[in-house]
Amino acid sequence: MALTKAQMAQRIARDVPPGAYVNLGVGIPTLVAGYIPPEAEVVFHSENGILGIGGPAPPGEEDPDLVDAGKNAVIVRPGAAFFHHADSFAMLRGGRVDIAVLGAYQVSAAGDLANWKVPGGGVPNVGGAMDIVAGVKQVWVVMTHTGPDGRPKILPECTYPLTAKRVVRRIYTDLAVLEVTPAGPALIEVSPGVTVAQVVAATGTALTVPEALQRA
Amino acid sequence: MINKIVGSLAEAVRDVPNGATILLGGFAGAGYPMELIDALVDQGARDLTMVANHAGRGDTDYAALILQKRVKRVVCSFPGPQGSWVFQKMYEAGEVELELVPQGTLAERLRAGGAGLGGILTPVGVGTELAAGKQVVRVDGRDYLLELPLRGDFALVRAHRADRWGNLVYRKAGRNFNPVMAMAGRVTVAQVDEIVELGAIPAEDVHTPGIFVDRVVLTPRQAR
Repeated sequence: MALTKAQMAQRIARDVPPGAYVNLGVGIPTLVAGYIPPEAEVVFHSENGILGIGGPAPPGEEDPDLVDAGKNAVIVRPGAAFFHHADSFAMLRGGRVDIAVLGAYQVSAAGDLANWKVPGGGVPNVGGAMDIVAGVKQVWVVMTHTGPDGRPKILPECTYPLTAKRVVRRIYTDLAVLEVTPAGPALIEVSPGVTVAQVVAATGTALTVPEALQRA
Repeated sequence: MINKIVGSLAEAVRDVPNGATILLGGFAGAGYPMELIDALVDQGARDLTMVANHAGRGDTDYAALILQKRVKRVVCSFPGPQGSWVFQKMYEAGEVELELVPQGTLAERLRAGGAGLGGILTPVGVGTELAAGKQVVRVDGRDYLLELPLRGDFALVRAHRADRWGNLVYRKAGRNFNPVMAMAGRVTVAQVDEIVELGAIPAEDVHTPGIFVDRVVLTPRQAR
């Protein structure tokens, strides 16, 4: 059974180690925070100058000066820090953030990422997407395994404009969890009720399947 | 005696010339100098180059400038969030140019501009379409793009508290681009929620030293 967005977020949350510094992109990635207990002391970084986001602001307590990168009103937890934009991106580009979780249109076999522009789209927006993946220690992509038209999103080469080359480490989809290795994408885990054959068929490039999973 | 406090928003932007480059602080509404940009709309300067994270929302303040065809060029990272119909319409009609800059590069180009540097080398954008036209420099086996400094004729910033020397303290995530834009403006204008006596801001708590600030105008908060 393909995972729902909430289930994908929950699955990712399980892999975030306690005490990690994590940047969550807009969309499904922001759901990840809700599945990480505060006691784990995962420190959430927001590109607009916050470390230590504690969760959404309770209704009625929204502060227009306290929003995340997706313009959601948030609260901060003890230990939080505010800083300016150059420092914020220094943390990302300079390699201090452990994990960035973000969405994607496509990922290539070598780990190229396309997540900022679709061909022929209108006004182009890039935001912090390219900067975030430039130095963060691990890039984790979360996306549906195929597009709405059923076309694979994991491909030999991206056909959409690139965000960056060779940055993606791990891919979480509704069907599976994959790791990008020097030999290309490798299957780590299959979603409950989904078969290896389904995952292979939905992937547009050769997938390494470890022996232990081949029997699944 | 140093006194950077000006009496009105109109006075704060009175001398913005046609063709000026304007740096505009703020991110997702936080730290956004709304009243200063409204004053600029009233002031009438045109052929402006605007540097900000976005390109306006709705049809007021920044978007009003674009709608009135007073902006010839926008330098930003995210011109089209929800509600940015004015920029989209004017861009597609060829009325305004866009220089799209990754957000972190935008921040660092501003810092470089304010810091008197000739440029920065960043790995961001290498191998993508945003590398087009830019020089690639190889250092220690890694490719970087040479990105040029950004400076403004005017920087319009928003802070929480100031004194008459122009020292600024920001509030929460209202900080964002404001400090680096304050550095990179030839004339930096800050609108603030409160002005305090000289010495009331402890030296270690100053976020932007007043040396970077030229004018301070008080705009107490109202519910919007």
